[in-house]
Amino acid sequence: MTIKLVEPKATAAGDRRRGERRLEFAHAWDYAPAPEAVDHVKILPRYELFIDGKWQAPEKGRYFDTLSPSTEQKLSEVAEASAEDVDRAVRAARHAYDRVWSRMKPLERGKYIFRIARIIQERSRELCIVESLDGGKPIKESRDFDVPTAAAHFFYYAGWADKLGYAFGGRPVSALGVAGQIIPWNFPLLMAAWKIAPALACGNTVVLKPAETTPLSAMFLAEIIQEAELPDGVVNIVTGAGATGAALVAHPDVNKVAFTGSTDVGKRIQKALAGTGKKLTLELGGKAANIVFADAPLDQAVDGIVNGIFFNQGHVCCAGSRLLLEESVHDLVIRKLRDRMATLRVGDPLDKNTDIGAINSRMQLEKIKELCAAGEAEGAERWSPPCELPAKGFFFAPTVFTGVAQSHRIAREEIFGPVLSVLTFRTEAEAVEKANNTFYGLSAGVWSNKGARLFKMATQLEAGVVWGNTYNKFDPSSPFGGYKESGFGREGGRQGLAAYLHVD
Amino acid sequence: MHPIASGGGPAERGTLPPPGPTPPIDRIAVEERAAALGKRSIKKATKVAGLKLAISMMDLTTLEGADSPGKVRALCQKARTPEPGDESIPSCAAVCVYPTLVPVAKKALEGSRVRVASVATAFPSGLSPLSVKLEDTRRAVELGADEIDMVIDRGAFLSGQYQRVADEIAQVKEACGEAHLKVILETGEIGSYDNVRRASDLAMHAGTDFIKTSTGKIQPAATPPVTLVMLEAIRDFYYATGRRIGMKPAGGIRTAKQALHYLVLVKETLGDAWLTPDLFRLGASTLLNDVLMQLKKEASGAYQGPDYFSKD
Repeated sequence: MTIKLVEPKATAAGDRRRGERRLEFAHAWDYAPAPEAVDHVKILPRYELFIDGKWQAPEKGRYFDTLSPSTEQKLSEVAEASAEDVDRAVRAARHAYDRVWSRMKPLERGKYIFRIARIIQERSRELCIVESLDGGKPIKESRDFDVPTAAAHFFYYAGWADKLGYAFGGRPVSALGVAGQIIPWNFPLLMAAWKIAPALACGNTVVLKPAETTPLSAMFLAEIIQEAELPDGVVNIVTGAGATGAALVAHPDVNKVAFTGSTDVGKRIQKALAGTGKKLTLELGGKAANIVFADAPLDQAVDGIVNGIFFNQGHVCCAGSRLLLEESVHDLVIRKLRDRMATLRVGDPLDKNTDIGAINSRMQLEKIKELCAAGEAEGAERWSPPCELPAKGFFFAPTVFTGVAQSHRIAREEIFGPVLSVLTFRTEAEAVEKANNTFYGLSAGVWSNKGARLFKMATQLEAGVVWGNTYNKFDPSSPFGGYKESGFGREGGRQGLAAYLHVD
Repeated sequence: MHPIASGGGPAERGTLPPPGPTPPIDRIAVEERAAALGKRSIKKATKVAGLKLAISMMDLTTLEGADSPGKVRALCQKARTPEPGDESIPSCAAVCVYPTLVPVAKKALEGSRVRVASVATAFPSGLSPLSVKLEDTRRAVELGADEIDMVIDRGAFLSGQYQRVADEIAQVKEACGEAHLKVILETGEIGSYDNVRRASDLAMHAGTDFIKTSTGKIQPAATPPVTLVMLEAIRDFYYATGRRIGMKPAGGIRTAKQALHYLVLVKETLGDAWLTPDLFRLGASTLLNDVLMQLKKEASGAYQGPDYFSKD
């Protein structure tokens, strides 16, 4: 059929840009700054170690600064735990396990966990500000994702506390003892919740080590734990860097180690634990493929691509950092993606309209820059929307590389920043082969309007999580974890209980 | 995509091939995106500028069986000077009435920049013979309408007669002559985002100037996700043809906050070029007073009672 078209009236601007047809997202109606009020949040000048329910000074008296990555200003200083401090924390945890927590009725355990969840909700405004200040993530993400999801994890696992006997087909279960938990800097509070909530629900006690660049929300969590009147020593928090973590891993009285972080450190932990009998779960890096077929809902796929790689500045282990586009829609999707990226607002994490906040640390910023330079050197085409970065602080413009080959470093190494590498494919089989051709295997995304194809792809992709027509969706009831060098063990859901229980 | 067909005689000049297969729309994702854009924080100067922009884009509408010349005159006065004594408040874009009231509106708006829009084509159902719809359109234009808001034949659309729907639109466009055409899809009746997208594509390929969500007679009327789907259709059409089609959500937009949400949708989907009354309109009957109230509040720091604003 043909439809008669009345000749369009050309506008002057249209004539000027004829043939170009690029949308413009300048400042026709710009948003005024909308900073979140922070005056109600009290950050102490110094934080001690949280051991046995009390704030305790570190043995060696050493402290380190924690900075705001968006201003490079010091927010506070926290204690650096030595091996002796870690030992004190583990002994407190063991004591609490033997005397209180393992003897408590499961229903009562659950009540404490519920209480923590509720106080997190009550103090959510403070928590999201602290999280954005200390870590650099946009306030809209800490407000709408990190903090509510952290509370949701405590709520979810609180409910499991007295139902563990039903979790594994009626098989009897028992707690492990003391869990040593080491968490990363990308979702500090949420990762603490992922680790602490199931450990407590299963009847274990905990020594947690937050990342050295983002310890503050864990300090607030310690206050919340005090407020919830959790028995002393059930949760202990020791701040410090790699040496503190190593001491925790090596401590002979720890029964279980849970680590989320880089694959490199994960391998070292696994080596250190070989032959010790300690139980281990690792949640490590990723280089996820986000696969878009030509029949996908493309506009929503573009939203999903943006969410997949620019959420939390790309500091997400399951980030969709490799975009695999079916060749026939490559140009259209890239055009849509660029227009969409032009609307992203980079800047002050505390501004409610900020989409991309600060890179977590100078070190990470340097790593991202180095890998992007390698991408250019290897011949990929680099593009970022025009955007002004703040003069102070660690910022990086959202970046997309097209013309990327499988062998490029930016297609193989985890960048852990707002950088997307785009590859193409022609057939389903080629998409699967490229997606799986990585030593990681944490997550993947598939976009297609065919339900059958989504399920077929999901069975072929070597990834712990496969999202269909969405990306970066998390729920406490859904297990999360990796294949291959992305780690082992699952967090979340019923499966997440297994990491903290003996199942007979 | 659908490039303008080249070649052919003068008769086929500007003829587009039919739209290709309708791109699918993912309901959950599009609703999420529309809701996320509703969370933009619009404060202070941005709010004031946005609200004034919204007023300048408003099609002040009255489409009641009981409409009288007096009511239309009052509405026209309001559209000309929404806030007498405050020159920073722009006039509205248009007044939208039934055809018989077009002359009244035309006269009342003489000398102003406010345009007269008339509904036509057997509004709101569209269930009349094509000849009647075309006559309806021609008469409304003769009576002085600058803009025609037509309805598509939802019966034909839902039964799969897309060619018929497109032909009708093309013929109504022809009947419009110089008048601008807005095509009302009545999204509340066509059942899915996929259909909204398909109807948008049909209307744009058939030559409309604007696509519009609703008559205001059916619930749900305009919603942010439906508007987003239509804006994305406009974007794809622009990519493919270079033509800028306008957008008009109508019905159910009652608060200043909602109006700002729609502006955010436009700003972040189509960008600067569409932030003008030439390409974006808000169809509303009761929205204006809430916007005026919010503007007053921004200026004075306090809310005024509703009786400080004329009810028209």
